[in-house]
Order: sequence, then C-alpha cells, then structure tokens
Amino acid sequence: MGMTITEKIFAKHAGKSFVEPGELIMVNVDIALANDITGPVAIEEFKKSGAQKVFDREKIALIPDHFAPNKDIKSAELCKTLRDFAKEQQIVHYYEVGRMGIEHALLPEQGIVLPGDVVIGADSHTCTYGALGAFSTGVGSTDLAFAMITGKCWFKVPETIKFIYHGKLNPWVTGKDLILHTIGDIGVDGALYKAMEFTGDALSNLTMDERFTMTNMAIEAGGKNGIMEADNITLEYVKDRAKRPYEVFKSDEDARYSEIIDYNVEEIGPKIALPHLPENVVDVEEAQGIEIDQVVIGSCTNGRLEDMRMAARVIKGHKVHPYVRLIVIPATQQVYQEMIKEGITEIFIEAGAVVSTPTCGPCLGGYMGILAKGERAVATTNRNFVGRMGHPESEVYLSNPAVAAASAIKGRITHPREVA
Amino acid sequence: MKFKGRVWTFKDNIDTDVIIPARYLNTTNSHELAAHCMEDIDPDFANKVNQGDIIVAGKNFGCGSSREHAPLAIKSTGISCVIAKSFARIFYRNAINIGLPILECDGGIEEIASGDELEINTDEGIITNLTTGKVYTAKPFPEFIKEIINAGGLLNYAKKVDSKCSQ
Repeated sequence: MGMTITEKIFAKHAGKSFVEPGELIMVNVDIALANDITGPVAIEEFKKSGAQKVFDREKIALIPDHFAPNKDIKSAELCKTLRDFAKEQQIVHYYEVGRMGIEHALLPEQGIVLPGDVVIGADSHTCTYGALGAFSTGVGSTDLAFAMITGKCWFKVPETIKFIYHGKLNPWVTGKDLILHTIGDIGVDGALYKAMEFTGDALSNLTMDERFTMTNMAIEAGGKNGIMEADNITLEYVKDRAKRPYEVFKSDEDARYSEIIDYNVEEIGPKIALPHLPENVVDVEEAQGIEIDQVVIGSCTNGRLEDMRMAARVIKGHKVHPYVRLIVIPATQQVYQEMIKEGITEIFIEAGAVVSTPTCGPCLGGYMGILAKGERAVATTNRNFVGRMGHPESEVYLSNPAVAAASAIKGRITHPREVA
Repeated sequence: MKFKGRVWTFKDNIDTDVIIPARYLNTTNSHELAAHCMEDIDPDFANKVNQGDIIVAGKNFGCGSSREHAPLAIKSTGISCVIAKSFARIFYRNAINIGLPILECDGGIEEIASGDELEINTDEGIITNLTTGKVYTAKPFPEFIKEIINAGGLLNYAKKVDSKCSQ
C-alpha cells in the first residue's frame, strides 16, 4: 500500500517505515515557531513546567510580527517577554524589528524551513510551508511549549484529500483565486482534520509566492495542512537558501486519498470572498460596484514580492480614490528592499498609498489600518470574520492583489481589466 | 467529570476572532480575556454567564486562529464544558491541552435550547437535558487523549510520563 507525501514525512519523523490515517504518533519537529502573541503564553507554560533549556536552540523560531513594531505598552511587554526568552535561551532564529518579517514569509525566505520538514507553529497559518513539500501546521501555545521542551509533537495521521488543478490560468487569476475557489467549493470545514494535497499541471507554472498563498489558506478550509510536491521551481527557490540537508518526498502512485477533487482552472476567474466567512466566494463581477473605504495589500497570504509586482502593475499611472486608504505592507524587509530597487514603492507612493514596515497589523485587527463601524475593506489577507479588521460592524472582502489594487483606484470592488 | 449547568447556544463556525477578538490579545491574563469573550456577537456574554454554565454549538467551533487565548477566555468566564457538533482542530487540541472539557456530539444537539439545564458526564460522554429529558451520547475520546485529559493537560501529562520513565 502506498503513502501520500504527508504520510511519508510523518513516518520518517516518527521513526517508522509506514503510517496510516487514524494512527496516533509522536513526531520529531524540525522547527517550532511562535510569535509575540502566542510565544509569551508558551514561555509561561515552559517556565511553569520547570524546564530550564529548550531542546535545541537552532530549531526554534521566535518572530515578533503581530503587534510589532510595538503598538502599545502591553504589546511592548509581550515582545519583551519574547526577546528576553530568546536572549536567555540563545535562540538562533530570533529576528528583531528591522530584520524581521511576517513569520510565514520570513521563514521560507531565510531558508529556515525546508522540503521534507515537520514544522509546527503557534500560529494557524503555519500551514504555509507546505508549498515547499514540508508538513507544517498550526498548534496552540501549550503544544508549542511541549515541543520547545521535548522537540516533539503528537499527531493523528490525517486522511488526505487530493485537489487536482488542470488547464491554463485566465488573465488576472492567481494562486489566491484557486484557493478561494477551493474554499468556496468545499466550505470552511470541508477539509476538517485532513491533509490537502494540491497538484496538477496548472500549478507547475505557479511561482513559489503563489504556491505559498495556496497552502497558507488550507486552514481556512479546516485543513490540518496544505502540501505540494517539491519540483524544479521549489528546488530553485531552496537552492541558495538552505543551510542544512533536506529531503524531497513524493506521493506514491497507489497512495490512498479520502477524496479526489478535480478543477478545470479555465473555468475560474478572479474571486472575492464576501463577509463574514472565507467560503462566501463569488466571481469579482458579482461583487463589482460595492463601495469601499480601505484596501490592504500584504499579510502572510499575499505580502510577497510577486504580489507587490502584480499590484504595482495595476496601480502604475493611476491615483488611489480620494476617499480610500491604500495600505501596502511588504511581508519582509527583503521584499521591502526589492520593492525599492524595482521602483514599486515609488509607484505606490506616487499613487497615494502608504507603504508600511512589515507587520501582521491590520489583518487581524491589531493596528495600522483598523476599520470604523460600517466601513468596508478589500484585503489580500486570509480571513473576513466578524470584527476581524476592526469594528464588529465593519466588513472585509478577500481578493488577490490585482483586484485589491484596481478596487483602490475606483473606490469600489473592481475587476482589474477595467483599469489595466 | 460531572457537570450541571445552564446552556448558551451558538451557531456553526464560531471563530476564534469572535471568541476573543485580536484587539485584546495584548494580554495573556485569562480574567482580562474572559471579560471580552464572545463580545462581538453578544456584548454582554461574559456578564451573563454563571459558573458552571455550558456552551452548546454547531459545527466547526473555534475555527480560525491558533490562539490558546480562546479556550482560556471561555474557561475563565466560568463555562464548565463546550459541546459542539465538531471542533476546528487547533481549538480541539488547545482545549484538551489547557483542560477545558469539550464533547463532540453530532446526534441532535441542535434541539438543545439556550436556558436548558444539562447534566454531563464527560467520562462516559453522556449528555442529559434535564429540561426536556432527552439524552445524547458524545463521541468517545481516543485513549491517549483521555490520558492527557485525566492528567489535567498536556504538560502535566508530559511530567507524568517523564517521571514514569525515570523510575
């Protein structure tokens, strides 16, 4: 009986030759991640347990990104807790403001997470690294504390749903639209407890940035992880970043899937997820004309260089609508620097946008772009729950960067072909 | 464990942003968190809950973020147990890890109404609605998870296993 890529990574990390869905296993973790919100809770648990030392100072990543640069005194205290612990334990992968980025963009960019790894993070979008062919998933702070002490985490081996995307992408369609379409199709609990394996010829030309966007949102369908097999594009991306050995796993031909779902991407156009669930997905045309107050381009979902390039192509030569705030947040310092070099930052500022230092900020309603009562935002982020970006009576519409940019120009939800 | 309490019902897909909005995550104090629990859909929830009350919800309870602040906030309001048709996986782990009793039950719990009084036996997974007389059975937990629950959370469990190993 064959195994899926997820099962193979689990077997290897559990010291077994074979695992199957339903089995409870204890696995060795390659990287354990926490941020300024979840880290302090994990550190508290770590200390309460009486532990003195982390299992391996090279296998822990602590990133202050959610409310950093510190948004208020309480957040400053949380970041300080993270920093003090990183110093005390001599954590190798601690990134201070000025060098940090949004964790799920930073870790792959810096080669900290690699194909074949098991990565857990006290952040639900840890599933992002599946685009590298790694098993990665979000956990809570106590699981993370346990991993910081023991280097291990328990799992129930999940069943896998295979998603096959075939055909040629339509203009203005990106990885974001494919994953929104998928969530709209199966629902926010459509992959509950399951692995989502993404495959098909339509994905073979996607850039790594677009692939990260897809696996990033596996959690929005309830998935345990999203995963893709590493190919030449992956290996090219990893080549100069990896500082340790890694292993490429592929699903067997006779691997078992609980379901196989096939999409013809030629039938898919740019999408929008309407409030207040990521499954409320419609074609942009159906939402066209809805007036907006703010646009956010950034986050762990769509804050990478390709996202910025795409938005800038749409914005170039236009002005942001007089009553719209366009907030652009590069996900890492490297993305920020590249944007400057390529003249992208200039394009945004000329258009009347604000370009911020990396932070998760507005995506979770932290700061740097909170919505007032009744306000609406188009965002390239991942969630549009009640109150997600501010007031409980505000609204978030999720889209790809091109739709977000076009909407910022027009002041209403707009298909990018209208302005390009 | 046995609990008896009054019910608060919630719909499907109650997300962690609703359970505890991110704007309050600049603290780890569970009492501060509890004061804002569910406030975006029921501003008065934290004040109305009595010690021992029970949440009965639809499917995918706790979807969204990995914030352990969500089960911590619920626990600190005085809620004794959360029953749902299904739980999002991170919330499920977090609740067990911090010792917030949860039960998964797909069989007809939508009939349970706010204000009903329930009696719950978490060891046997039996839910009795004292108001209507109806009885529901929850899905049993795997042995391993029972051990974590009985130890009072993951880190206590780890200590127990550890001390067994060193004996």
